[in-house]
Amino acid sequence: MFVAQSSPFLKPELSVSKMMLVVLLALIPGIITSVWVFGFGVLVNIVLAITFSLLFEAVMLYLRKRPIKVYLRDNSAILTAVLLALALPPLAPWWLTLVGSFFAIVIAKQLYGGLGYNPFNPAMAAYAILLVSFPAEMTTLWTAPVMLGGHESLSLLQTLNYQLFNQLPDTLTLDAVSYATPLGVVRTSVINGLASISEIKSTGHTFGMLGGIGTEWVSLAFLAGGLFLLKKGVIQWYIPVSMLATMGFVSLLFGSFELDSNPSPLFHLFSGATMLGAFFIATDPVTAATTPKGQIIYGAGIGLLIYIIRTWGGYPDAIAFSVLIMNMCVPLLDYYTQPRVYGHNIDKEQQ
Amino acid sequence: MSETLSETTAPSDINEDKKPGSSLAEGSFPAKGSFLAEYTPIAKDGLWSNNAVLVQMLGLCPLLAVSNSVINALGLGLATIAVLILSNMSISLIRNIVRPEIHLPVFVIIIASVVTAIELVIHAWFHELYLILGIFIPLIVTNCSIIARAEAFASKNTLGKAAFDGLMMGLGFTLVLVVLGAMREVIGLGTLLSNAHIMFGEGMQWLTIEVIPDYKGFLLAILPPGAFMGLAFLLALKNYFSLKKKA
Repeated sequence: MFVAQSSPFLKPELSVSKMMLVVLLALIPGIITSVWVFGFGVLVNIVLAITFSLLFEAVMLYLRKRPIKVYLRDNSAILTAVLLALALPPLAPWWLTLVGSFFAIVIAKQLYGGLGYNPFNPAMAAYAILLVSFPAEMTTLWTAPVMLGGHESLSLLQTLNYQLFNQLPDTLTLDAVSYATPLGVVRTSVINGLASISEIKSTGHTFGMLGGIGTEWVSLAFLAGGLFLLKKGVIQWYIPVSMLATMGFVSLLFGSFELDSNPSPLFHLFSGATMLGAFFIATDPVTAATTPKGQIIYGAGIGLLIYIIRTWGGYPDAIAFSVLIMNMCVPLLDYYTQPRVYGHNIDKEQQ
Repeated sequence: MSETLSETTAPSDINEDKKPGSSLAEGSFPAKGSFLAEYTPIAKDGLWSNNAVLVQMLGLCPLLAVSNSVINALGLGLATIAVLILSNMSISLIRNIVRPEIHLPVFVIIIASVVTAIELVIHAWFHELYLILGIFIPLIVTNCSIIARAEAFASKNTLGKAAFDGLMMGLGFTLVLVVLGAMREVIGLGTLLSNAHIMFGEGMQWLTIEVIPDYKGFLLAILPPGAFMGLAFLLALKNYFSLKKKA
């Protein structure tokens, strides 16, 4: 009872391993919804990504002469793998996941020194590399959501057969199971002036009630998971709120002029990976800004960049690029937003 | 003056303690005992221990831009070798006339004239290569390794040594360029020596090797990020070997 102990006396509430586990737990509603909406491909991607990532992590830890078991148990590789898998198209061939896991774990994480030393979000770095290198596979392999009529859905075996051996059932073509993502449609038709929003709405293939058809449900599930993380205190509100608020504000600003050629703020917030990005990707404790003020600027920067790239850039969605660009600004943000140390620079504070 | 200068510029610091070249030379060529001892370090410097890219990190702009295929790399590498040899020789010849205060402008003018001549040669005889390499041929002028060799070596050494140094530095640069080009071409396109005809003539199309048949292509390796990553891996490899040797 009277054993003298050195500091720290207060145990941290969450270890790294536990924190990652809570984040994974918070992802589960989103994962289930994704599987419901997009089919078993999502599940196959997750299993493949986790397998490959753990393998690469173990090999790299061995090569770097680090204790393998200790670092594998911190669950960070699993979280990276799941985030990457959720960003990949549901019918991604196995090698796409392999290349992605390689870049996420080996290049973006371990070569920089492992967890805590990587300046860029590993999952997003890998996603950006895949998107730049394999544009066709990354954009055309989205399975049609269940609520979209006129499309076939694949069974688990058929999905596996396609992802592993590139074989579809004889009666089906790729066009029969895949669809153009809502953000992709908006990018190619609306912003290029080929069709107006009301025209696209009348086809019923793109817009749901809130955002993009199908993706709105996934977004809502990720939002729920994110709120759970906020309540648990795993993430702070600064980044997600400033990111979503900036996106909403900017899209409202531009969208209120020409309603028929600018998608609504709700569409921007509930399409693509906005919610996943705001709560699970941008909030990565390693690569995000650390000071409250810095986090607000960081989140706002991501939100602004997403809108800019979606509207005027070359890609339909931009979570990965925006997060990576803001990752680059983090050292600067942290430097200029350092809170005043207690007792220092009192004059400045009083002015 | 030239004597003292050439003595002060020991071309390398690696052979200070051990001189394998000199002992070897004395045994085989008693008459030219100092020849090998003087020229071996220059070669070793240029190719490995003071390599323009891997150690001095010079001339990275053309290196990163042009190394997307072996043939492009080889084309720019050969042009750079030619420029290095000719500029080193001219500068060595006039080294006693030019005052140190005006070294830089004189050297730049010489290098620029050599590059212009080489550019015209490529334009005339390798027109397709000229179209691909484009702006990077005139930009050889700005390749820092050339002005660096002019100032650090050619302006202090005799004609023969300066020419040999130019050749070896150029070879070292070309070697890295070609290795990087090969890495990027194999990973990016799955071929080696594609477009061989634009350099060796129509009869040499057979040189092109399809390393990986039915390859989908990995665009990243061809794009600029691939160049940076490839160079980083080459640097890591060089450092690994150097550290291993020291240990």
